[in-house]
Amino acid sequence: MLKYILRRLASSLLVLWVATIGVFLMVAFSGDPLFTLKMNPTTPPKTILIREHQLFLDRPLPWRYWHWFDGLLHGNLGLDMSNVPVRPQLFEHMSVTLRMVVLAFFLAVVIAVSLGVLAALRRGGIIDRGITFATFFFLATPVFVTGLFLKFYVAIPLDKYFGHQVLSTSGAVSPYASGSFIHRLPDYFAHMTLPTITLILATFSSWTIYQRSSILETMNLDHVMLARSKGIKPRRVLMRHILRNALIPVTTVLALDFAGLLGGAVITETVYSWNGLGRWFLQGANNQDLNITLAYLLFTATLVILFNLLADIAYGILDPRIRYR
Amino acid sequence: MSILRKKGRNGERIETQWSIAMRRFRKDKMAMTGIAVFLFILIVALIQTTVDPTGWKTLSTDFYQSPSWHHPFGTSDTGLDLFSACLKGALQDLIVALIVSSMSMVIGTAVGAIAGYFGGLLDATLMRFVDLLLVVPLLTILIVMSNLFQNASNSPLLIALLIGFLSWTYISRLVRAEFLALRERPFVEASIALGASSWRVITRHLIPNAIGTIMVNTTLTVSGAILLESTLSYLGLGIVPPAVSLGMLVQEGQGAATTSPWQFLFPAGLLLTIVLCVFAIGDGMQTAFDPRNARRKK
Repeated sequence: MLKYILRRLASSLLVLWVATIGVFLMVAFSGDPLFTLKMNPTTPPKTILIREHQLFLDRPLPWRYWHWFDGLLHGNLGLDMSNVPVRPQLFEHMSVTLRMVVLAFFLAVVIAVSLGVLAALRRGGIIDRGITFATFFFLATPVFVTGLFLKFYVAIPLDKYFGHQVLSTSGAVSPYASGSFIHRLPDYFAHMTLPTITLILATFSSWTIYQRSSILETMNLDHVMLARSKGIKPRRVLMRHILRNALIPVTTVLALDFAGLLGGAVITETVYSWNGLGRWFLQGANNQDLNITLAYLLFTATLVILFNLLADIAYGILDPRIRYR
Repeated sequence: MSILRKKGRNGERIETQWSIAMRRFRKDKMAMTGIAVFLFILIVALIQTTVDPTGWKTLSTDFYQSPSWHHPFGTSDTGLDLFSACLKGALQDLIVALIVSSMSMVIGTAVGAIAGYFGGLLDATLMRFVDLLLVVPLLTILIVMSNLFQNASNSPLLIALLIGFLSWTYISRLVRAEFLALRERPFVEASIALGASSWRVITRHLIPNAIGTIMVNTTLTVSGAILLESTLSYLGLGIVPPAVSLGMLVQEGQGAATTSPWQFLFPAGLLLTIVLCVFAIGDGMQTAFDPRNARRKK
């Protein structure tokens, strides 16, 4: 097992290194950071030259990559366009985004697995059809439509009805919140509810569909039939013989979709004005701020690769045959 | 095309994978409803844009009108007739989706076919490249790349090409997997023994056998492309004025969602309806081509 994990880890690190090159090239070719400055006819040519020198734009591409990569290895992500270090900004926004994404991920997994099992067990019935329709509906709804709908037609009427803010529609925390963590808990709750629900609705559908068909496939396998005919209780058959096997393909899908969840977070943060990584990245990309864009892309790439690695390891634990391939 | 319909020696029809699947597809109520609604929207949009070609960009003095006979979807705060704008936007989205899905189909099939058929180093290189593309979420790549044409006048075409160049990875993986299994089959060996070239084996024998996978996933790419493009347009990074798209209209209407809800609900509802229709069609095709492995089991 250890050998298997080490082998996967080594290849993940290699992919990550290649990804740094790919990401760097993409950002380098995606536009000119000094575009607005150059478009302004009153900018003295000397300013442009100085800015180019400060941002290393006058150096060759390999040198710039190496400079950035070397900084990266020392934990330094460089400065943004206004000469503020990127690393503290990344960590500050990360805590905001992860609060939403991690909670939404776990809740969505629980919901998807339970709904998938329920739909498969009641196959063809009214519950199954209801769940199938709901998954299709939410799969077809763009994240921003779900978010805006909840914001304008759930939160605002609710707040009006109660006469005070029950669910907040903008920001991750209220600016006046003070006191200890316990005191601020209702405030966190008011701000987190809607964005988390939005993210869950955006992600649970495809997992539910997948979980359902995975259960249906496993249900008809010989070992399940044997377990049933031995007289094992249906509940135990479901938990030990069906679910355990049916979860194997689902774990991979979950890991691969984590990337999509981060994409969804960009939209959710925009809709609910959360000052998280997504909005930080959007602004950075709009300003062609190289180091901010690079830091965000590297962050997502690292998470995606990490989750793939975890899925591979989980796969190895759940299905021992895979380890020896 | 030989893939679609084959005539026997005496002119009688021979059942192909395609004709069997299409017969099954026609019996699928959900898919047929999807096609009907989709065609209805498409025809209304085409009629509206031919009858009133400039309606979607003409600002009248009827500000903030709620839906009426004259303005079925109401008007915006600038006096834009939302019926014309939404339908023009829908048409624009569909054109983008069409370009994206054709590109994904062609590139995805080509890459998947080459990787799956020839295998070896070529396969490894192509698939590692695909893996690399999947490391960063597509939406994120698009946000970065959209900088390239922020001030371009033909944003719909550029955004379509960009999404098209990036979204073939899924099809290519599936086609590769299909080819890996197909190339071991005896009929492939037989045609190679008869002297068929690789090109002929791929185009005449393997692609027709993988047509189900290709068609189903091309349809799913259509809905994916609409969702991606409208999200980008919502962020102001995809289709930008002077062109119009549903995502853009949702973005413009969101501020008025509580005071004049039609400004938000109609573009959002139309977008949702179109994607739902495409999903229903794609799912129907999946069931038709591969009843054993359908997502929606009968």
